[in-house]
Amino acid sequence: MTNLVLAEHDGKSVRKSTLNAVAAAQKIGGDIHVLVAGHNCGAAAQAAAQVAGVAKVLHADSAALADNLSENVAALIVSLARRYSHVLAPATPNGKNVLPRAAALLDVQQISDIIAVVSADTFVRPIYAGNALATVQSSDAIKVITARTTGFDAVAASGGSAPVESVAPPADSGLSSFVGREVAKSERPELTSARVVVSGGRGLGSGDNFKLLEPLADKLNAAMGASRAAVDAGFVPNDWQVGQTGKIVAPEIYIAVGISGAIQHLAGMKDSRVIVAINKDEEAPIFSVADYGIVGDLFQVVPQLVEELKKA
Amino acid sequence: MKILVSVKRVVDYNVKVRVKADGTGVETTNVKMSMNPFDEIAVEEAVRLKEASVATEIVVVSCGVQACQETLRTALAIGADRAILVETDAELQPLAVAKLLKAVCAKENPQIAILGKQAIDDDANQTGQMLAALLGWPQATFASKVLVADGKAQVTREIDGGLETLSLKLPAVVTTDLRLNEPRYVTLPNIMKAKKKPLEVLKPDALGVDVAPRLKTLKAVEPAKRKAGVKVPDAAVLVDKLRNEAKVL
Repeated sequence: MTNLVLAEHDGKSVRKSTLNAVAAAQKIGGDIHVLVAGHNCGAAAQAAAQVAGVAKVLHADSAALADNLSENVAALIVSLARRYSHVLAPATPNGKNVLPRAAALLDVQQISDIIAVVSADTFVRPIYAGNALATVQSSDAIKVITARTTGFDAVAASGGSAPVESVAPPADSGLSSFVGREVAKSERPELTSARVVVSGGRGLGSGDNFKLLEPLADKLNAAMGASRAAVDAGFVPNDWQVGQTGKIVAPEIYIAVGISGAIQHLAGMKDSRVIVAINKDEEAPIFSVADYGIVGDLFQVVPQLVEELKKA
Repeated sequence: MKILVSVKRVVDYNVKVRVKADGTGVETTNVKMSMNPFDEIAVEEAVRLKEASVATEIVVVSCGVQACQETLRTALAIGADRAILVETDAELQPLAVAKLLKAVCAKENPQIAILGKQAIDDDANQTGQMLAALLGWPQATFASKVLVADGKAQVTREIDGGLETLSLKLPAVVTTDLRLNEPRYVTLPNIMKAKKKPLEVLKPDALGVDVAPRLKTLKAVEPAKRKAGVKVPDAAVLVDKLRNEAKVL
């Protein structure tokens, strides 16, 4: 048994989600190879070689792989996959985009978003916004899997010394091309890997009012998130969305401000270690999962909370 | 230009689903069913492209049981022109649905196939990508903006940290994200009109597709419930609890 893990990287280093996916592969067992695909990403390949438990790094470098175009990356995965028993990617926007395309080309029914490994062919995955956990067994020769990052504790980023092997990149498909990217620059930690997350909901009332949460997030070095309702209302960008169809997070502290706690939101944060809810409606479902709740006006409570945190 | 949209009949998003006592799955009898919300966005986007005179015809497809006809009628009421039901009682997994849709695309020759990014029942997020792969078409998943001109689709996508824009040669597959549009409410006159629109029923066999599942669900269980905690009177007590009880500060 050998696992191939598609790395997520920025050209220089590997993202933490890669370490979670390697951890999922470790649960499956057998050797672990990591595929680093990109352009001028030799440093990321070297970083992947340091990851604990990795036996080999495959490095594909080409302009055709520069922008993670799914057509090209899927073709690369397919060219390598038949040597492997399992092909994994972290269940991130990139993994979710690319891996099903590769799975279909391999005539494999992908297993999405696994949170546990039962055996080499049997996995646990949430369905219905996490209201049920299904144990599924695959009959395909190659298992193609995306792993939910919060389901697997990251392996160490160092300690390994795997050889790096160059693999032939695919030709550009010519089907799609990259036009541009607007990535919001933020000094805050990344939402899915932050130790603390401060999220706002429709109770904030407007996008401007999200500024109220900034001092709190600053004080706790927290990432900022939002409910689907707040995204729907246009208060904040979509990539802040925590929930079934947004990001799945499991920080040490999750502070939900003005969030009622719809099923689909709870699906994205209920595995947080400590949940704090601030809401004026004492019947709000968020209180049914919160460890600590304050019933009150968030416009008063949040500044008070910041003041309290400033006291040593 | 013809657009193909696929829609899935799922347990309504407001329903609190329950796991069956025998652990074989989720209770779906006597439960309100609706169109998957992301598919509603897909239908709406197609209708807007038609209203903008980019598209000339919208074909809506659903794969599943006979009752999916209701879901198709809803799509027709939003503004699709005609419907195709690939009818089967078999359990359909994303790869099988992608194969069925590929066969329908081969008959219909659409220039764009629009799908929801994810169904809220199995949460797989696969079918659009798989359809694009099987057809050899480019794909743009998680779309928040679609512009069609000169044989190309320029699609803005939701990615980690922001947005990216791709240019796709047509024909192409697009999957919808939340902010692409806000679907319209269907009006009674349009519901009445939808009843008269054509709805064709096909069988998987006739399309030459083997829909046998590759994944076997061994069991379904409810996740461990999180216990409700305590309400605290104010911020001072909260900080004290976080420091000294939960010890997370």
